Amino acid sequence: MRGGWPDKLSPVDAVLWGFRLVVLVLVVWGTIGTVLAAKYSGEVWLDFLVFGLSQGSIYALIALGYTMVYGILRMINFAHGEVFMAGAYTAYFVADALARSGHLDRYPLPSLLLVLAVSMTTSTLVGVLLERVAYRPLRHAPRLVPLIAAIGASFFLQYAFRGLYGSGFKAYPEPDILKGVWTFAGVRILKTQAVVLVAAVIMMLGLYAFVMKTKTGTAMRAVAEDLEAAALMGINVDRIIVTTFAVGAAMAGAAGLLYALVFKQVHFFMGFVPGIKAFTAAVLGGIGNIPGAMLGGLFLGLVESVGPILFLDGLGIVAPYQLKDVIAFTMLVMVLIFRPSGLLGERLAVKKA
Amino acid sequence: MRRLQSSLILMTALFALVVWAFAPTTAAGQATGMVKIAKAQPITIAYWLVVAGPDASLGIDIRRGIELAIADKGKVAGHPIRLIGEDSGCNAEGGVTAATKLAANPAIVAAIGSSCSSEAVPGAPILWKAGIVTVSPSNTAPSLTAPDRGPGFDGYLRTAHNDKVQGRVAAEFARKALKIERAATIHDGSPYAEGLANVFAETLKKMGGTITSQEAIAPTDTDMRPVLTKIAAGKPQVIYYPIFTAAGGHVTRQAKEVPGLAQAKLMGADGMFSADFLRAAGAAAVGMYHSSPDLSAEALGPRYKEFLGKHQKKYGEKPLSAFHAHGYDAAMIIFAAIEKVAKTDGTGIQIGRKALRDALFATKGHKGLTGTITCDKHGDCADPKIAVYQTESADASKWDPGKNPRKIYP
Repeated sequence: MRGGWPDKLSPVDAVLWGFRLVVLVLVVWGTIGTVLAAKYSGEVWLDFLVFGLSQGSIYALIALGYTMVYGILRMINFAHGEVFMAGAYTAYFVADALARSGHLDRYPLPSLLLVLAVSMTTSTLVGVLLERVAYRPLRHAPRLVPLIAAIGASFFLQYAFRGLYGSGFKAYPEPDILKGVWTFAGVRILKTQAVVLVAAVIMMLGLYAFVMKTKTGTAMRAVAEDLEAAALMGINVDRIIVTTFAVGAAMAGAAGLLYALVFKQVHFFMGFVPGIKAFTAAVLGGIGNIPGAMLGGLFLGLVESVGPILFLDGLGIVAPYQLKDVIAFTMLVMVLIFRPSGLLGERLAVKKA
Repeated sequence: MRRLQSSLILMTALFALVVWAFAPTTAAGQATGMVKIAKAQPITIAYWLVVAGPDASLGIDIRRGIELAIADKGKVAGHPIRLIGEDSGCNAEGGVTAATKLAANPAIVAAIGSSCSSEAVPGAPILWKAGIVTVSPSNTAPSLTAPDRGPGFDGYLRTAHNDKVQGRVAAEFARKALKIERAATIHDGSPYAEGLANVFAETLKKMGGTITSQEAIAPTDTDMRPVLTKIAAGKPQVIYYPIFTAAGGHVTRQAKEVPGLAQAKLMGADGMFSADFLRAAGAAAVGMYHSSPDLSAEALGPRYKEFLGKHQKKYGEKPLSAFHAHGYDAAMIIFAAIEKVAKTDGTGIQIGRKALRDALFATKGHKGLTGTITCDKHGDCADPKIAVYQTESADASKWDPGKNPRKIYP
């Protein structure tokens, strides 16, 4: 968009402007309607915000895996949702055993850390294996080929885990220390959600520090910038790519445990929807950009939680939560139309892809 | 050249339109077809049920009912019975896929299914186009047997109750037994859940209750706290959510965590009346209510008890869900209808598709497991007996409908 009124308004531009205007009017109208109706108290709005942030931080953790792999290999790892499922589902068996023996409530912190370690290790193993078996042999193939391989791997993992663990639901045990609520300065927050938020923020800060400060992190950024030049500089590209997959998968494993703590059930298909949502979050924030994935995740979580009631309730739409995904994906379409590189975009020295 | 191309395209389009316009009549003509079965060859019956994924217990439960009916019946018109089937996924896409696959198999005499109403809406007309009549043991959405259901459903019947009955019983229970004044409902956009939630809401309003809000979610949603927070603003005493296992488990678990809903009673329906639901909902399921078919001995009589014995012997466990007896009955009325219309000649038997359909709709006074089965002209065959159950233990291994969840109404 150049400044000022463009000399010639092409039909496409006009349609896009019209679209922008319609969405803006609907959003403003709906918001005013909801606020004026004053059906919900301030506390309720705070609850919506907290729900959105905790859901969003899980999206953000998964989105990191998509964005890091894309940054380096220019491919969407569609099996990432299954990496997330693998960790949470496997850790269930450890968590269940700990809960049955009473250790989970007697030594909550070490037990939870053990479960977290199992979840992250499993996800990392699956992620690294995936890279080795499904993606590395295809690295020099046309770009569509690894994408199809990723979709195939996604189905393979889903049904492999279904075969391993069965197709039913498993109810995650609930440690006693995570039951109930905390109140901070009048804001009521469920303990699980507080833990999820704090854990997610710590992980993301850790990852950011890893990528920005360590030698391996620098090498990762170098490979993302220019794979061949990095190889010429003596960076072991294969090792860096495996590390990227491992780190992304470990984040997904951690997200898996947090997800299981919040929603308390796991099954073999649980990775699909969060995977798609996290991919959306990564694109929203600007795929290939690490802070972008974090921002995109939180933003998507908030929009899903607050959006239906803020925008749609005021328009007189009944049962607005049915349209939660419509709002989330409309948001994605808007961002893609008006900022094709996402909210933060990808910061690159040379334009690639 | 351009003009030639565009006129060609136009002509092709017109031709396609004409073919499409006339296709239904030729397809309907097939409905009068015959299935020939040579001597000693089996009669093929197909199921289309959800036998995989999160709602698998619903379909597997019915399949076991059908298998037991086949074992009890032995031979139909002197021929053995072969059961084949497709998974239908408990959604519209799965219903279309399963029905299309079955419709392509000319050996199929009749079908049993679907399990979820959302599968039947697009699926049943596909089967009937191929002349296959289908009896559903667990579709309960009122619209499927409504007088305006359309000619595509001419070959569709059900041994399951109509949710007009289930919704009414659930609302009566809430109003009379629980003395509820304010209620909220949640559906998941499926015809089953939406129909049932509406009947519940209308009945409760007629009985002097108030509906604080009628919400909807998507079946794949996991975060129910926002919608529950919205519901809490209306301060309902009971939440009725006749949805399925996955989303139902999330609602059950998360309702307790939302401020203002700690005291609200929770009530589901037959779509999540299964041991799998206890696994999904965990301890939060204790104390919640379910409306579901009445499977108690006093309602169903001694034959059902005998059935349970066979079930235990063959599968080593209690029925997984609520519709095994309806599956048994669906199979039995199909066998009875086949015996009525099968014509024997020297080479085997012939079964007229139209005749079979008419014979099924003429089913009258059939003594089934679920009661006396009589089909009306819209395809409703059930002898509906609905009960309300309360869950006492969340331990899925203690699942035993009638005892846990305990039957408490009527």
